[in-house]
Amino acid sequence: MKVKRVEVEREGITHTGLLMPSRGACIVLKLDSGYNIGLKKDAKTKVTVLKEGVVMPHKKVSSPSPNPALPTISILSTGGTIASKVDYRTGAVTSQFDVEDILGAIPELTEIANFRGKAIYNILSENMRIKYWQKLARAAADEIKKGADGIMVTHGTDTMTYTAAALSFMLKTPVPIVFVGSQRSADRPSSDNVVNAVCAAKVATSDIAEVAVVMHAGMSDDECLIHRGTRVRKMHTSRRDAFQSINAKPIGTVDYKTRKIHTSEEYRKRGEQKLAINDKLEAKCALVKFSPDAEPDVINYYTDKGYKGLVIEGTGLGHVSTEWIPSIKKAVDNGVHVVMMSQCLGGRVCDRVYDTGRDLLKAGVIEGEDMLPEVALVKLMWVLAQTKNSAEVRQLMQTNIAGELSERSKQA
Amino acid sequence: MKGQNRLDYRQLGLKAGLEIHQQLDTKTKLFCNCPTRLRNTDESTYEVRRYLHLTESELGEVDRAALEEARRKRLFIYKGYDTTCLIENDEEPPQPLNQEALDVALEVALLLGMTPVDEVHTMRKIVIDGSNTAGFQRTALVASNGKISIPEGDIGIATLCLEEEAAQKVAESINSTTYSLDRLGIPLVEIATMADITTPEQARIVAEHLGMMLRSTGKVKRGIGTIRQDINISIAKGARTEIKGVQTLNLIETIVEREALRQVNLLKIRDELKKRGVKQVEMEIIDVSDVFAATKCKVIKNALKKGGIFAVCLPKFGGLVGQEIQPGRRFGAEFADRAKRFSIGGVFHTDELPGYGITSGEVSALKKRTYATSENCIIFVAGERSKATLSLKVVVERVNMALKGVPEETRRALENGNSAYMRPLPGAARMYPETDVLPVYIPPERLDRIKSALPELLPEQRARYIKEYGLSEEFAGLIARSKRALLFERIVALGISPTLVVRTLEGTTSELSREGVPVQHLADEHFIGVFKLIKAKKIAKEGIPQVLKGLASSPSKSAEKVAAEIGLQAPSKEDIESVIDKVVQSKEGFIRERGLEATKPLMGVVMKQLRGRADGKLINSILKEKITAIMREK
Ligand SMILES: [Zn+2]
Repeated sequence: MKVKRVEVEREGITHTGLLMPSRGACIVLKLDSGYNIGLKKDAKTKVTVLKEGVVMPHKKVSSPSPNPALPTISILSTGGTIASKVDYRTGAVTSQFDVEDILGAIPELTEIANFRGKAIYNILSENMRIKYWQKLARAAADEIKKGADGIMVTHGTDTMTYTAAALSFMLKTPVPIVFVGSQRSADRPSSDNVVNAVCAAKVATSDIAEVAVVMHAGMSDDECLIHRGTRVRKMHTSRRDAFQSINAKPIGTVDYKTRKIHTSEEYRKRGEQKLAINDKLEAKCALVKFSPDAEPDVINYYTDKGYKGLVIEGTGLGHVSTEWIPSIKKAVDNGVHVVMMSQCLGGRVCDRVYDTGRDLLKAGVIEGEDMLPEVALVKLMWVLAQTKNSAEVRQLMQTNIAGELSERSKQA
Repeated sequence: MKGQNRLDYRQLGLKAGLEIHQQLDTKTKLFCNCPTRLRNTDESTYEVRRYLHLTESELGEVDRAALEEARRKRLFIYKGYDTTCLIENDEEPPQPLNQEALDVALEVALLLGMTPVDEVHTMRKIVIDGSNTAGFQRTALVASNGKISIPEGDIGIATLCLEEEAAQKVAESINSTTYSLDRLGIPLVEIATMADITTPEQARIVAEHLGMMLRSTGKVKRGIGTIRQDINISIAKGARTEIKGVQTLNLIETIVEREALRQVNLLKIRDELKKRGVKQVEMEIIDVSDVFAATKCKVIKNALKKGGIFAVCLPKFGGLVGQEIQPGRRFGAEFADRAKRFSIGGVFHTDELPGYGITSGEVSALKKRTYATSENCIIFVAGERSKATLSLKVVVERVNMALKGVPEETRRALENGNSAYMRPLPGAARMYPETDVLPVYIPPERLDRIKSALPELLPEQRARYIKEYGLSEEFAGLIARSKRALLFERIVALGISPTLVVRTLEGTTSELSREGVPVQHLADEHFIGVFKLIKAKKIAKEGIPQVLKGLASSPSKSAEKVAAEIGLQAPSKEDIESVIDKVVQSKEGFIRERGLEATKPLMGVVMKQLRGRADGKLINSILKEKITAIMREK
C-alpha cells in the first residue's frame, strides 16, 4: 500500500498526516495520533505533499513447521473472512486468505492440526453462484483425495447454509467437511472468528464425517454448535448465535476452552463411506414466497421461462391461495416440478388436511416434508440433474439423502 | 508535609498536561438508543462471557509481560440490563453517531476556542483490558487548537474527542474480570491540554477551570465518577509519566507535587548508584526456600506449600530499595507493583526486614545463603516457581532502569496522592476506522447555530458580576471561576445580597472545610434552602455557618429543620425587645452615665445573648431606641 504524507493548512491550522482515500467532498487525513479527520477541500485549503507515496510494507508471516503427530486440515476459502489484519498506520483492514496469515491471526489452530489451504474464490457470500458450489465441491474432493483428514470451508455467513446444503448433496465424504465463518468482523478483538475456527478445526479432525456448519451456540464464547449442513439456517442478522438447526437437533457441541466435542445425535463416522462426487445441478430452479393476495403471474413467469423446478414457500401446512392452483397445475403440466414448503420453517408440510392442500396435491405439488425451503431448493436442483421423471423426482424429494428430512417429527 | 517538600518547580522544569474525561448528560448513548442510566449490578438480567483475541499487532509496544498475560486469555464477564441492548453486547452494528452528543461536544469545543473538523470520523481504538465488549473504544476527534486563559497565563487545548465510556469493572479474579454494561457507551468528551502547566497549583486551577466550563453548558453529568482526570507529568531530567484515574480535583495538586518528588528522588537514587559504581544487575535466581523452613511469616509459609521462595541479589543496592520516594512509599514498591501482576504471594526486600513476621535470624541466614554483604539488597518473592521467575525478571528489569533514572510509564493514582505502576507508556494508539459508522459532515450553519447560543465565557461573566451585582473585582472573579457560579446567580435571584452569597459560597464553605466539616456533602439545594430562610428572615446571616455545618453532616435534612434543631430560628421582634429591655434595665446606671455612647458596648452584650439568631442592624436600632427612651425619662 502506498500513501502520501501531507500537510493540510486550513483556517490557520496545519494538520499533518497520511492522506486517506475518500468518497466524500472532504480530504481525509490520518493524523499521527491515529485519528482520521475530514477537512473541506476548497479555496481556503492548502495541501502540501511532504512525502510522495510512503510504501507501507506488508510483513509476511512464515508458516510454522508441520507437526507429524497432528492431522492435516485443508482450508478452502471462498471469500468469507475468518481472519483479518489491521495496519494501524493506515487503518487499512485486509482479509487474510493465505493459510500462513490465518494461522498468524489464530495461532491456537496450530495446536489442533497442520494446515494447508487454497483460495477457491474471493467473493462476498451474497454474490455466490451455483457454479461456485460445484467448483468448491470438486476442490474439496481433490483435497480429500490428496489425503486431507478434514476440510474447513471459510464462508461468508449470508449464504453459508445454501453452500453447505449443496455440498451435502453433491459429495459423499469419508472425512468431515466443516463450514465456518464469523458474524462479527474478524478485525475486532471480540470477533467470534477465533472461537468458531478453533471449534471448526476440532470438528474437522473428529470422526464426524458430515458436511457441517460450526458456529457459536450462544452470545458467549463458551461453545459452538455442530449443525448438519442440510438442517441449519441463519436466523439472526447480527448475533453470534445466528445459526440454528431447524426441525432437528444439532449433531453436538464443541467446548471452546476444553476443546471437547460432545455429540447427542447420530452421525456418519469417518471412513464409513467412500469419497464420491456427483456435482451436476439443474440451475433453472427457483424459490417463490407466497403472500396474501399475491398474483399467480409469478408462477406463470417461471413456467414460460422454461424453469424445471419450483419450491413454493406457502403458508401454514403448505398453502397458497386457490387462485394460484390453476397456474401451478399449468406449471406441472408443462414439466415444472413443484415442491411445497412452509414459511413456518418449523414443522412438516401436509397438504391433506384442508381443501386447498388437497387441490394442490391434485395439481401435482410435491410435499417437501420437514425440509427447510432453501434446502429443498438446492435438493431440487440436485435431483433434477439426476432425473426429470416426475415419479422419481417425487420419490427422491421425499427421501432422506443427506439428513435433510426425517420420517418422524420428534419432540424437541 | 507539603511545606517541607516544597520544590522549585520552575528550576526542575516541571511540565504537565491534563486529559479530562467528562460524561455528557444526553438522553441516549453515543451509538445506541439505550438510556445513559447507571444501574445496580444486582438488577442485571443477563450475562455474557467473552474472550478478546489479540495478536501482537493489537498489543503493539506492550511489554512482554502484558503479552504473556493476554495470551493467557482472560475471561471477561459482562452484566447486562433491561437498559442495555445488543449493541453494548457487541452483537449488533452501532447506530449512527448521537447528534445530541455531537452538539454538546461542538459547544464545548467552541467554548474552548477550538476549531472543529469539517467531517467527524469515528475510529476504533484498540483497548485490551476488556472494558469495551468489542475490544475497541469508538472515538472521534471533533476539534483542535484551542486555549483557555487563567490568571496565571494561557493554556493550550490540543484536542477534543467525543468517545464512548467504557464498561465499569465490578469484580476481578485471577482468571476473569467482570464488567457492568450500563456505563458502556455513555458519551463523553476527552479534552487534552498542551503540556503548558508548570506548577502543581496551576494544574489544579486548569482542571477546575475546565470543569467549570464544562458545567456551564448544563449538559454534562454531575457527581462522582462522571469526570476523570489523567495527568501527564515530567521534570526536565526525568521522564513523562501518565497518571490515570484522578477522580477528585482536590487531589490534582498533590498528585503533581508527589510525582515531581518521585522523579527527583529516583534521580537521587540514580546518582547514588553511579557513585557506588553499580553496573547492570544480572538475573540470577537463587532458591532460598530452605532458609524459611521454620518461618512464622504466614505469606511465606503458604507459598512454601505451593512453590518456594526465590531471591535475586542486588549488589551495592543496600539501603536504597528501602528509601522513600513518595511519602510512605519506598523505592521497593516500584518493583512490587510490577511483580504482583503475576499473582505472586509477596515481594520482600532486605531493606525492610526484619518485619512481616520474618526474623533477623532469617535475614542473616538469607544473606549468608546468597553470599550477600550488608551493602547488598536481596529481593525475594514467594510463590510458584514459574510465576516467581517471571516476577523476578520484571523486578530486575526495573532495577536496571533505576541506573538510567526515571522510566516512562503509565501509573495509577492512589487515594493519598501517590501513584503505583500500571503499565509502560502506550505507544501510538492502535486505531482504525469504524466502518459501521458513517462520517458526519458539520455544515457551517450547524456551527453558527451552536455559536449563537454559547453559554457565557468566564471574563465576560466576571465583568457582568461586577456591573450587574456590584461585586468587587476579587469577589466577581472568585465566584465566576467557582463551580458554584450558576448557584450564585440562582440565589441572588431570590433577592439576597450578592456579596453575602459569594462570602457564603466561597469563604464560609472553605472555612468550614478547614474546620473539618464535610462540605462536599453540600448540594445546591442546601444553599438555596439556607438563603430562603435568610430571605424569610427566619434566621440571621450570622447563623449561616451553623446551618451549613448541620446540613453537611446530615445532608438529608432540610435547612429549616436544621435551623430549628439548633435553635437558630430568629426570635421575633418582641423577643429581641425583651432581651434588650433586660440588658438596658440592668445597665441603667451605665446608660445614664454614657448616653448614646453606651450603644456600642451594650450591642456586644445583647449580641452575645442573641448571637446568630437576630440581625445586628435590627438589634442596633432597637437598642438605640431604648437608650434614647431612658435618657428622655430623666
Ligand atoms: Zn444499547
